[in-house]
Amino acid sequence: MQQNIAAPHALELNGISKRFGPVVALEEVSFHLGANEILGLVGDNGAGKSSLVKVLSGVNRPDSGRFFIGGEAVDMRRYCVATARRLGVETVYQERALAEKQPLWRNVFVGRHKTNRLGLIDVDFEKRETEIILKEFLNLRGHGVSADAEVASLSGGERQGLAIGRAMYFDAGVCILDEPTTALSLGEVDKVLQFIRSIKNAGKSAVFISHNMRHIHETCDRFVVMDRGRITHDLLKKETSLEALSSILTGLANGEVSAS
Amino acid sequence: MMVRTALARFKIQLGVTAILAALLALFITLSPQTFLAGRIYISFASTIPFATLLAVGLTFCIVAGELDLSFPSVMALSGLVFTWVFQATGSPWAGLSACLATGVAAGLINGLIVVGIGVPSIIATIGTQFLWRGAAIVLADGLARNIVEVRETAVHGLFVGRAWDVVPAHSLWCLGLCVVAWLLLNRHTFGDGLLFIGDDIRTARMMGVPVDRVRILLFAGMGGVSAFVSFLICLEMANWWPTQGEGYLLLVFASVFIGGTSVFGGRGTVYGTVVGSIIIGIIEAGIISAGLSGFWTRLIYGLIIVTAVSGYAVTLKTRRE
Repeated sequence: MQQNIAAPHALELNGISKRFGPVVALEEVSFHLGANEILGLVGDNGAGKSSLVKVLSGVNRPDSGRFFIGGEAVDMRRYCVATARRLGVETVYQERALAEKQPLWRNVFVGRHKTNRLGLIDVDFEKRETEIILKEFLNLRGHGVSADAEVASLSGGERQGLAIGRAMYFDAGVCILDEPTTALSLGEVDKVLQFIRSIKNAGKSAVFISHNMRHIHETCDRFVVMDRGRITHDLLKKETSLEALSSILTGLANGEVSAS
Repeated sequence: MMVRTALARFKIQLGVTAILAALLALFITLSPQTFLAGRIYISFASTIPFATLLAVGLTFCIVAGELDLSFPSVMALSGLVFTWVFQATGSPWAGLSACLATGVAAGLINGLIVVGIGVPSIIATIGTQFLWRGAAIVLADGLARNIVEVRETAVHGLFVGRAWDVVPAHSLWCLGLCVVAWLLLNRHTFGDGLLFIGDDIRTARMMGVPVDRVRILLFAGMGGVSAFVSFLICLEMANWWPTQGEGYLLLVFASVFIGGTSVFGGRGTVYGTVVGSIIIGIIEAGIISAGLSGFWTRLIYGLIIVTAVSGYAVTLKTRRE
């Protein structure tokens, strides 16, 4: 693929390793995410996808390895959720991305409220901005959903939409989507895939994690396959059919020796 | 539509206000001569604020999904330190500072045990309530301490005197602190952190809430509130005694839950707790002035608490599935 020399990689990982006690979650993982690229990250349960997401999003610190965002080296010892967001890396989690009993506006701004010097939150501003997100990203006008509504009143698709809308609102250069289509109805899946395409159209990048090869193949430019904490394949969409991608996954699941 | 949403949003506050109104109406009907006169309310304003302040502090804990059973013992220990430092230095301000420092330090230790070591807060504070109470009793040799000379100080007037010769000063302090508490819980990032931690601690962590720091601050703050209440009680009674605070534990918990705060965390209001503590605080007087014996008090507490929390359970559908 012709890489644009001027635009640095949105993300680049170099030899990232992470263990939890005796369990090796990530072993020397290296990969990059191009500028304005949607990358599909696939692999069986326990392959290390979630561990990788937690490293990228700043929840867990890797034991070793180097990490670049937009070409700039990241100080891993200082890297946390707040730093990740400041550097434009937003994560949309499969679940628990939103607090059920809290109003939508709190969920949009949690962890980065607009406050005055005393730490008091500008509630009017945050509610207004939340209404804009609801209108522009979610199209929830007709439902009577307001910034004061609780998350519990949203459907699964609307929740994912809100989480993606939140990431877009904060102008994330890189969106990490951890199984956003799991447990959604068909119509809602389409909505979420539409959200992912809108990330591409907005000129941003995303890492999309899913077990559904059709969703991955439909939306992504490149596929990275993981197995037992390592990256085994790095494939371009134009050179890989849906069937080929699926058979690689099936092969790994059946314990066949990986290609690399 | 607007009105309906507002009603739905404030149903807990409306519910607890209705309980208080019904109770007052009942007491006024049963004993108009007492409950239509001002004196009883002045007396309430002097007795209720202690429990109110403790209950507001505990509301913060429960909103965050934590419990603190040690606050009565923290009261005893920090009150003792107040009497010591006051009597040693003659300065009630020095006493207050030492008292607050003791409470915050005890709370900090609670927080470190819960957050640092990982002991669930209900268990940790069962342990520390013995610890702080035991320390207070050992240090005081099991004896009460009389500080009647504190009545001569300006601090006494400032904190528990009678404003305009009528209103107990500590009720005004309580009111002011409740406003601060409301701001903290509903308008401050600290309260926002508590709400998210109580709702789902993993969500809070993933969304960048400094979970550990907020929880440790929470316990330290609860210690500080307990110390301040103990200071007020020592001033008001001009006395410290080894079992100080013991009677408050269950009444304060009852106030919080009558106020509609969810034991599952993530939901609670300062207003509900304040009204809850007023409900608890007026029952005894209401019963006695209605001509019933004081033996009825606990039974009526029980009835009201069970009715209130059942009402909330039905309204909020909290049955575990």
